[in-house]
Amino acid sequence: MGAKHFGAKVARLEDPALLSGRGRFVDDVKIPGMLHACFVRSPYAHARLLGIDPKPALALTGVHAVLAANDLPDPMRSEAMPMLLPNPTISSLCTQHVLARDEVFYVGQPVAVVIADSRYIAEDAAAAVAVQYEALPAVGDCRDGVAEGAPRAHAAIASNVLSTFQLAYGDVDAAFGNAAHVYEEQIWQHRGGGMAMETRAVLASYDAASDLLTVWSGTQTPHIGRRMLADLIGRELESIRMIAPDVGGGFGPKAIFYPEEAVIPAAALKLGRAVKWIEDRREHFLCATQERDQHWDVAIAVDDDGKILGVRGRMLHDTGAFVPWGIIMPYIAAATVPGPYVVPAYRLETKVVLTNKVPTTPVRGAGRPQAVFAMERLLDRVARELQLDRAEVRRRNFIQPEQMPYEVGLIFRDGKPLVYDSGDYPKGLETALAEADYENFRERQRAALNEGRFIGIGIGNYVEGTGLGPFEGVTVRVLPSGKVAVATGATNQGQGTRTTLSQIVAEQIGCRIEDIVMTIGDTGAIAQGVGAFASRQAVNAGCSALLAGQNVRAQLIALAARVLGVNESDIDLDDGKAVANTGNKPMIGFGELARLAQGIPGVSLPAGQAAGLEHTAYYTPPQSAYCSGSHVAEVEVDAMTGGVKILRYTVAHDAGKVINPMIVDGQVQGGVAHGIGNALLEWMQYDEDGQPLTTSFADYMLPMATDVPTCAIAHVETVNPLNPLGVKGAGEGGTIPAPAAIIAAIEDALSPFDVHFTETPLTPERIVAALRAAGAYEKLFAA
Amino acid sequence: MAKQATRLTVNGKGHARIVEQRLTLADFLRHELGLTGTHLGCEHGVCGACTVLVDGRSARSCLMFAVQANGCEVTTVEGLTPDGDKLSVLQQAFVDNHGLQCGFCTPGMLITLSELLRENPTPSEDEVREALTGNLCRCTGYAGIVKAALDAAQRLRAPSQPPPQAGEEK
Repeated sequence: MGAKHFGAKVARLEDPALLSGRGRFVDDVKIPGMLHACFVRSPYAHARLLGIDPKPALALTGVHAVLAANDLPDPMRSEAMPMLLPNPTISSLCTQHVLARDEVFYVGQPVAVVIADSRYIAEDAAAAVAVQYEALPAVGDCRDGVAEGAPRAHAAIASNVLSTFQLAYGDVDAAFGNAAHVYEEQIWQHRGGGMAMETRAVLASYDAASDLLTVWSGTQTPHIGRRMLADLIGRELESIRMIAPDVGGGFGPKAIFYPEEAVIPAAALKLGRAVKWIEDRREHFLCATQERDQHWDVAIAVDDDGKILGVRGRMLHDTGAFVPWGIIMPYIAAATVPGPYVVPAYRLETKVVLTNKVPTTPVRGAGRPQAVFAMERLLDRVARELQLDRAEVRRRNFIQPEQMPYEVGLIFRDGKPLVYDSGDYPKGLETALAEADYENFRERQRAALNEGRFIGIGIGNYVEGTGLGPFEGVTVRVLPSGKVAVATGATNQGQGTRTTLSQIVAEQIGCRIEDIVMTIGDTGAIAQGVGAFASRQAVNAGCSALLAGQNVRAQLIALAARVLGVNESDIDLDDGKAVANTGNKPMIGFGELARLAQGIPGVSLPAGQAAGLEHTAYYTPPQSAYCSGSHVAEVEVDAMTGGVKILRYTVAHDAGKVINPMIVDGQVQGGVAHGIGNALLEWMQYDEDGQPLTTSFADYMLPMATDVPTCAIAHVETVNPLNPLGVKGAGEGGTIPAPAAIIAAIEDALSPFDVHFTETPLTPERIVAALRAAGAYEKLFAA
Repeated sequence: MAKQATRLTVNGKGHARIVEQRLTLADFLRHELGLTGTHLGCEHGVCGACTVLVDGRSARSCLMFAVQANGCEVTTVEGLTPDGDKLSVLQQAFVDNHGLQCGFCTPGMLITLSELLRENPTPSEDEVREALTGNLCRCTGYAGIVKAALDAAQRLRAPSQPPPQAGEEK
């Protein structure tokens, strides 16, 4: 076997090109004769679309076309987009038309597209298209949407409640009836976005000579995108190639297939010219999917020792105007509440409510940050009421490692019973507490208080279902040059997919990591693919890389043994060569073996010899892989300004076996930064009529270098017994418990004033308002 | 749209073009000169992905017109790698410290940090973070970028100058 790559801090293969300006993002691709698009979008949250007059736009020099719904090909002209994840509780198929037909449902919904010589002209022309609307009452808040006599978010849908479902097990009412203590919380988490630094981008080019429509898209899911496009544009899959080249961050919203990804190819076909559309940041605020808006009314029942007897409650999920990915976020949220704790009885009733806002789909965390926030806020409340240490309350309720595999009692979103495969939650928390010097915190807090400083500490624990199926594929092929081609349907938006898969393949077949030629995010390279979401690629693509590598390794050994006339057991593969451990150590290079594996024209291959040195594996996991973690945040709050500084942030993370610790640490650190944004800064605001109020980075705050500390990260590896690599996902765990830990720390810092927080983001204004309401300033000024 | 002549030097090479007055410097660099390493993340001057050096000072190329750079010397990320494929000390420090994930914000980060390290060869961690507040990164949580900057500063420094202690202000 070759060099040890698995588990090593291998430098990323992606880096040199990206560092020297040689990346290739969609907007870097230039096709001769290419035209540029700009979309005409609804300024209303809800309106009837009465008419579109393109003539003022067409009169401008350099404008080639203005296309509205009726100018598009069938079926996208008349049929709504497919829903990717149907669910029987959804009362109405609720997806949008790629260009609006007679009603618009959110500000920013595409109504028409202008194609022109340059983006500058296209923007001028888009402003000149005259669109007539008749405003309709809008639902701007899901709580209003469920009220008696509320306006309809869709004129044709009688109830704004699109789905009602319940996740439950155990006798929850009996648990509450007999409980020594019951505590209730109202919890609200606001909407935010993925806010990848690269906005969405689509370029389409049709080549008549090969009858191939090529689409470059900044997507997390090119294979799914191609399928959706084929359905909407009425072409065979094989005549469409979708490429996700370098993609500047994903975080969930780029996993969705968007209207623009259908309209731009349709325009390219219609005009016979390549057409490019690059989303601007304002469009990203208006039209890229968002997440988090949920309102929870939850209660916990405990005994005198703080042991959980039951959790129950109701949740409203603001799904926005459509459900392109069904109801998986509220579903995941509902299934995530019990987390690492023994919760004997549980019931959550969820209503999914239509509003006139951009649709919600998973954003890093996907429903879990909300659930973890709810559960951890309840446990903090228990600790406060029973005067227990907050870590101690967790200790008393953890599922113990010897209880693994642990059946929670629910069905997860993969349709399988929610069974944690492995994990050591007590060890995770103790590791994080030790690293955070939790033991001595109260001393630090007293010392700070003596100086008039308010510092606090908070804990967040979670379990996350990662590595969801259905599958991912990897092809490994030895080339006549001696290099090794690897193709995968997995994609890369910064996760280092190219590096981690190369590590696995290189180790299996014994080649140099730099001799791997990888094609990633290209439907032309591998027949089937799924893509990046649900922290799934290390499990799905990683295991496929292992299996394909093992298969090609066996082929290399068999062929080399036959050629060199030795036993297979005598062959070693190393550095791109097969070496026999016999006699004078004869050897043969991979390139020569690849040529031999092509056979001789007219001569049959020897029995048992496969064509080429090639194998494709599609690993499908038996169920989700449950990763876990514990976060400890230590913060300082400036009571006068409401400003929060994170002094120290500690993570103990269990992602199973770690393929590349540098990359996993980077995922965790980046995830925490996203969680800090959710906890303190990021708030996509709308007015009561559904008008977005925060559509620039001046209004919607992202964490800066001065907001995010360097985390202390510990890996608690419990091997996943259900997949051959022993891995679990790592992409979202940094984000999930961060708001819970940070808000708890702020509340702890301000404990002298007895304030209580159950919302995110917790902005300085809100902190000051709470302190004022609690009479804190009278106390401070009197002191 | 009115056009105007602009003459400027980009990465040491002179260019003279007649361009629309409203063409941004960023679009000029990317689409007229084909220097696509400079990226656009917000086009309203907050994210910093489009940062370039104009006469040695960092500037948002999305908030400047190409004609405003008339007579200026511009350096883009492509100009930070003078020896073809060989990475600069700062770029290599980004590789070694995992200073990038998707790489979209990276060119702006490199430009901002090259200006910082030129002006302050011994920055403290707080000074690095302060300098980076004009550049947003959504992937890394900044830890690797800060580490890379401090590492590069140390590699560039004469051995006689000891590195500052963490958190030390100068």
